[in-house]
Amino acid sequence: MNSYPSSKVAPAVRTSDVCRYYPMGGGIIRAVDGISLTIERGEFVALLGQSGSGKSTLLNLLAGLDRPSSGSVLVQGRDLAKMSSEELAAYRRNDVGMVFQAFHLIPSMTITENVELPMRFAEVERTERGQRVRESLEQVGLGKRMEHRPSELSGGEQQRVSLARALANRPSLLLADEPTGNLDSRTGEDILNLIRDLSLSLGMTVVMVTHERALAERFAQRLVFLADGKLLSQEALA
Amino acid sequence: MKGYDLFELAVRNLRQSKLRNGLTTVGISVGVASLVAMLSLGVGLQQLATRRLAGSGMFDTVFVTSKQDFRGFDREDDKKTEHPENAPVLDEPARGTMTHLQYVTEVEPEIRVMGEIVSGGQAHFGFVTGLPMSARENEAFDNLQGKFFSGPLAEEVILLNDFAKEIDPKDPKELIGQEVTLRYGERQALAPDSESAGRPQLAGTPGGGSNSASGDDFGFSVVRKTQKLKVVGIIEEEPYGGMRTVSRGRIFLPVDLTEKLNMAQFTDMRSSLRGGGGKTYMTLTVRVKDPGKVAQVQDAINKMGFRTFSVLDATKSLRRFFTVLDLFLGIFGSLALAVATLAIINTLVMAVLERRREIGVMKAIGASDRDVKRLFFAEAGAMGFFGGVLGIALGFAIGKAINIGTGIYLHRHQLPSEAVWILPPWLIGAAIAFSIVVSLLAGLYPASRAAKLDPVQTLKYE
Repeated sequence: MNSYPSSKVAPAVRTSDVCRYYPMGGGIIRAVDGISLTIERGEFVALLGQSGSGKSTLLNLLAGLDRPSSGSVLVQGRDLAKMSSEELAAYRRNDVGMVFQAFHLIPSMTITENVELPMRFAEVERTERGQRVRESLEQVGLGKRMEHRPSELSGGEQQRVSLARALANRPSLLLADEPTGNLDSRTGEDILNLIRDLSLSLGMTVVMVTHERALAERFAQRLVFLADGKLLSQEALA
Repeated sequence: MKGYDLFELAVRNLRQSKLRNGLTTVGISVGVASLVAMLSLGVGLQQLATRRLAGSGMFDTVFVTSKQDFRGFDREDDKKTEHPENAPVLDEPARGTMTHLQYVTEVEPEIRVMGEIVSGGQAHFGFVTGLPMSARENEAFDNLQGKFFSGPLAEEVILLNDFAKEIDPKDPKELIGQEVTLRYGERQALAPDSESAGRPQLAGTPGGGSNSASGDDFGFSVVRKTQKLKVVGIIEEEPYGGMRTVSRGRIFLPVDLTEKLNMAQFTDMRSSLRGGGGKTYMTLTVRVKDPGKVAQVQDAINKMGFRTFSVLDATKSLRRFFTVLDLFLGIFGSLALAVATLAIINTLVMAVLERRREIGVMKAIGASDRDVKRLFFAEAGAMGFFGGVLGIALGFAIGKAINIGTGIYLHRHQLPSEAVWILPPWLIGAAIAFSIVVSLLAGLYPASRAAKLDPVQTLKYE
């Protein structure tokens, strides 16, 4: 659904020497410090590293939630660093889906309303929404309990809802920040299975931040190791 | 984000903390209510004053006389009139012209003649006055006992209470419905050749011969006539009483009837001196649609060559007074709304703090800064709207209470009740709109604060 003139050739994501510095006290924190990384379309990449290694900051840069201090972030050939905040918002609602460790569902809204929310921002026609909400929830294996509130659901179910919400606007890029961090290992595996299946069936590029190497090895196609804001090494898996 | 989504999200967010938003909304409504109560009190008082002025019949009336007559009362006026002897007379064509002037609703002659009411064999003297049908609107008829004339030529009479008491000291009300006889002098024209016809002659034409030759021998005789009339009503005060110069009228007939009966008037003497025949009037009373147009009508009649008199347009200064009063009432009423504005700001700032994470999530899933800003605006606007509607209802209740209160007070003082508080429809719309605008202004700061929140900061793990 999102086609761009240059997208036939451009990789899904390409960062060139991207940096993100924060002023802190008198000094500067180099959260991301010159990372160049290319991710192909449909690829499932895991970003690994200790906390403070800069993996979440890099993910936020890819999501357009944060802006690089220098360097460029190209998503399907478009430079996020040069976009206005309105354009970045449009990019987030049309091209990106996000999943968080803490789920970040809106507690006062029902499951349906939570999944519908991004469609409101994307101005999807009302008549179309019901169908698409159902579709998204079915994709994550949640056809029932649609009028429940998030607090009435288990952690795994909540993460499925948040995944359905991420899929609502049919993004080409799924960004997951420690999606299994708040789940037991069984449920975590279920979620990752689901993400991998969706990636394959929808041709969706996935970038996942995690610190659990074992899990990453089982589901991702490539591991990218970060430390102190720098790219340490990469490891392609079969 | 589309308008209906915005509204839906705003309302659901408001319902999320019902107590706090409810209290804020009530705060706004109290502000709107005080503003509405004050302003409509101003409107009510203004309408009351205007109604009273219009009811007196003094401010929408131009009195017209001919410059030929009544000279010597006002030197300034006399000097301005170069050849008063050539000034036009108030005759039927002049009256017709005035009737067709812009803003003129009616032109009636002032008729006041001496007459006697005969009832039970006893004659009672009084001045007979002709009243136009429009006199019904005059405040003198607010306390009318019985009925007004059924038509402009109805053979009916309305009496002043004092006069009715003279006729029937015990119960003047008994007179209503009874038939009485009016004795009056009818004017009968004399033909130019009256001498030869041997009719009764009047003073001023002793020889006759020379006058006859000049063709200026017009005259009239006054013949006693009677007319049966039904008493239909009794009033306390004479209508337009303040403007009359001749002694008080006590017997009121429809003005068209008095004309038909051809009652002999003082001016008939003047007419007969002038000669030339034709009916003329001493005074014409010109009624104007709106007190503000009196000056214009007066100008037009002056241009016709007549002398005019009117009471200065009092409504202009009255309006100025009420504009100032409204301003003060408005400022006073706005104070509560100003306090309510602070409450909105406080509520929304609290909401921004509470919903930091939610705002971050919305941004992460695609809400733009503008969406977030509009959402908070919508919440402020919705509170303003609901507060406005509630405020109108509250203000309405306060106003009703004021009216009932003054009604009781006036009743205790034996006065007819008056609506001092009037809620005009435009004020309903204006108050709600004002409430929304004020709320939106109050939402300005919280909304921009919400829009500026950094999603990365708000989404950090707890």
